[in-house]
Amino acid sequence: MSFRRLSVVLTTALSSFVLLASTAFAQQAPAGQAGFVPVDSVPLADQLPAAPLLITAYAFVWAATMVYVWSIWRRLNKVEDEMRALAQKMPPR
Amino acid sequence: MMKKLFVPLVVIAAAMFAYAPVMIANAPYESTMGLVQKIFYFHVPSWFAMFTAIAVCGVASIIHLFRNSPRADRIAEAAAEIAVLFGLMGLVTGPLWGRKAWGVWWQWDAKLTIALLLEMTFISGILVRKYGGPGSDKLAAAVGIFGLAVTPFVYEAVNIWRTIHPLTSVVPTLGASMAAPFWFCVAAYFLLLALLLMLRVNLGKRQAALDELYLAYED
Repeated sequence: MSFRRLSVVLTTALSSFVLLASTAFAQQAPAGQAGFVPVDSVPLADQLPAAPLLITAYAFVWAATMVYVWSIWRRLNKVEDEMRALAQKMPPR
Repeated sequence: MMKKLFVPLVVIAAAMFAYAPVMIANAPYESTMGLVQKIFYFHVPSWFAMFTAIAVCGVASIIHLFRNSPRADRIAEAAAEIAVLFGLMGLVTGPLWGRKAWGVWWQWDAKLTIALLLEMTFISGILVRKYGGPGSDKLAAAVGIFGLAVTPFVYEAVNIWRTIHPLTSVVPTLGASMAAPFWFCVAAYFLLLALLLMLRVNLGKRQAALDELYLAYED
């Protein structure tokens, strides 16, 4: 291999490495956290909001009551329907 | 008498439940928990209503077991179902409060676990009635009495065992500004309990009348 040809190959390989290496390093994940810094209170943005929990709790009480009242009403209607059907089947006295 | 009272009581209960959020909103914030502590105003009354329903169920179950009273059985059946309803309210509102106050939805400590077991006891009573066949009313009555016997332990669990749940001393030591909305909510829940009991007992009466009609038809 002539010197000229060797230098072309080496230059191409070196420039490829430089170009690809910068891309590869750019895609690396950031370095892991080296240490934890304690604070006295949770930052405001990270705090779990209380209002949705409070509203959900109150809404659940209402919803549970409504569902239960509806279930009683449905069962009562079923019993009344059965009573009417049975009364029609019974021979007159 | 009960029929005449029913509608006015429904109106009063609806008005109380509509006004309760206003009183709760005006109550002061608790120093460490802030806004989420306001779940207390309907979490604790749910348990009070459940314990009262259990007391009604237990006494009616004792009467039914020893006197074979169908009326007492109907009351016990109704009260057991309502105890499950209020227990469910307590078991749902509690974790919503705990998620913010403790950082977890649920903790397997003595108070929470025994409360869950109490709820499951009354669910089992309902299942026994539904699928237990002949004599299941007596079995369900026994379950009701067992539930009544367990209830004081559920209430006192926080004083007996170490738990993360607030102590029973919280309610008697409430300041006036917190006590007023709290006892207002308790009254609303007791009214709701009475109304649901009346409705459910009436359903039991109609079911008993239907059973008698079937017997007459078969004869």
